[in-house]
Amino acid sequence: MHRTKVRVVEDALDANNTIARANRDDFDRHDITVLNLMSAPGAGKTTLLERALGEPLAGIRVGVLEGDVQGSIDADRLAGLHIPVTQLNTDNGFGGECHLDANMVRSALGDLPLHEIDMLVIENVGNLVCPAEFRVGEDARAMVCSITEGEDKPLKYPLMFRACELIVVNKLDLLPHLEVDVDKLLYNIDVVNPDVKRILTSAKTGEGVDELRDWLAELAHRRVAVRA
Amino acid sequence: MHELSVATAVLNTAVKHAGGRPVSVVNLRVGRMRQVVPDSLSFYFEIVARDTVCEQATLELVEIETQLRCRACRHEWSPEIPAFRCPGCGSASVDVVAGEELEVDYIEVEEQETACTGPR
Repeated sequence: MHRTKVRVVEDALDANNTIARANRDDFDRHDITVLNLMSAPGAGKTTLLERALGEPLAGIRVGVLEGDVQGSIDADRLAGLHIPVTQLNTDNGFGGECHLDANMVRSALGDLPLHEIDMLVIENVGNLVCPAEFRVGEDARAMVCSITEGEDKPLKYPLMFRACELIVVNKLDLLPHLEVDVDKLLYNIDVVNPDVKRILTSAKTGEGVDELRDWLAELAHRRVAVRA
Repeated sequence: MHELSVATAVLNTAVKHAGGRPVSVVNLRVGRMRQVVPDSLSFYFEIVARDTVCEQATLELVEIETQLRCRACRHEWSPEIPAFRCPGCGSASVDVVAGEELEVDYIEVEEQETACTGPR
């Protein structure tokens, strides 16, 4: 026996990225804009989607792919919106994967009504770390950061805060009950991801939700513009 | 949790290049921005490598410092905290020169000694 050195020089996430590109090609063929929506658990992704997608979105047909470790609680909540919602559970993996990866999304493609939607929102598993590492074939990535999480999260999870082109700062209705300094949170977001688009919302009162809807519509139209 | 995902991705990359041969070393270049905890990654790698050609492999980590460059004034620096605005001119237009790596650089595999097949 002797030892041989084999040069590899390969990104460990190449395999995932290759599948993500295949997903992207499939979405492109159907002219679907895909948003990967991420956050910590409980930041308010589902409630925001309930608010933002409760009314038709400027002629854009939206579907949701709901990623969870287990169960269909979020998908059941969104079912009342009368838009296509598909559940994707990750618990077939090693104890339940804490994020969606490209292959999981690929496995769900057959369940998605690709001919009936113009935009797919992928609600990722609640987690501020792993989802940022794994592309799934999306056009854009956005995250929800609720003010209950404190001002310091951008500095603690820069990978996630840098991965996104939109950061929604949610739960503003709770401001009177908290000691959180929202200006400090916004400053920390700027430190980690300067000039990133930010929208301040309360999914409970509806504050800022129109701006989020406008952003979603703009995202879908951006794709149309690129195609034209 | 993060390290488990990364360990699995590293393992799959190493196995792909091993061609069925037992692997003794996996050398991984990891940028600081990846926020990988080395001990945790090694721990998970050992677990996910069980019953694979990497079962006996040592995971060698080479940590890469974060290096940023301002597009506006060309200033280069290594940030102490994850701050991405240029400390020189304040521009937000900054490139990451180094620090985002998650790259299997090389592996070392055990080869069987093969009999000479050349002309006698």
